[in-house]
Amino acid sequence: MARISGVDLPQQKQVWIGLTYIYGIGRTIAKRILAKADVAEITKVKDLTEDEVRRIRKVIQDEVQVEGDLRKERSQNIKRLMEIGCYRGVRHRKGLPVRGQRTHTNARTRKGPKRMSVAGKKKVRK
Amino acid sequence: MARSLKKGFFIDDHLMEKVDAMNQRGEKRVIKTWSRRSTVVPEMVGHTIAVHNGMKFIPVYVSENMVGHKLGEFAMTRTFRSHSGKKEKGGRAR
Repeated sequence: MARISGVDLPQQKQVWIGLTYIYGIGRTIAKRILAKADVAEITKVKDLTEDEVRRIRKVIQDEVQVEGDLRKERSQNIKRLMEIGCYRGVRHRKGLPVRGQRTHTNARTRKGPKRMSVAGKKKVRK
Repeated sequence: MARSLKKGFFIDDHLMEKVDAMNQRGEKRVIKTWSRRSTVVPEMVGHTIAVHNGMKFIPVYVSENMVGHKLGEFAMTRTFRSHSGKKEKGGRAR
């Protein structure tokens, strides 16, 4: 059982991929952690020894910000922007794209699903 | 891309002079400025700066959190009055 920073790693995968299931760790950082902890990237998660798990845990604790802490920092950064009333904060408040993208079309990630009016619902009739 | 650290913050000289003068005399007055491109520097904290938005001056009270942003970020240049539509409460948002 490999439980690292509050996340269960998938047993069947190689550690390197398994680590990316933790929020804040992608492939690059996973590789860096494993190099530092001196664990072979391709060992399956289920084959990790207790000691290896401990070393990985230690590296993550010392060097990487993950899960709750990272989420908290991110939301605080956004909150700061909103509080000082700068342009980026306003965009966050309105749920619109922050980095100058167009909003005439697209921007669906920020704006959410299309809000269709009646015209959009019209079906093709014979 | 971020600006090179070597160069330091950018702030228009004429604005910096005014801020410094105010700090020296220890007075607080609203400074009008068109210099939206100037960075907010720690010296400005606590002052109110009226930043031009192309039409009028928007008073910005500078707090510590704002250091490092540009003045222009705090004075919006566009007005958006919401779209027409039944559900909307009928225009004029700000």
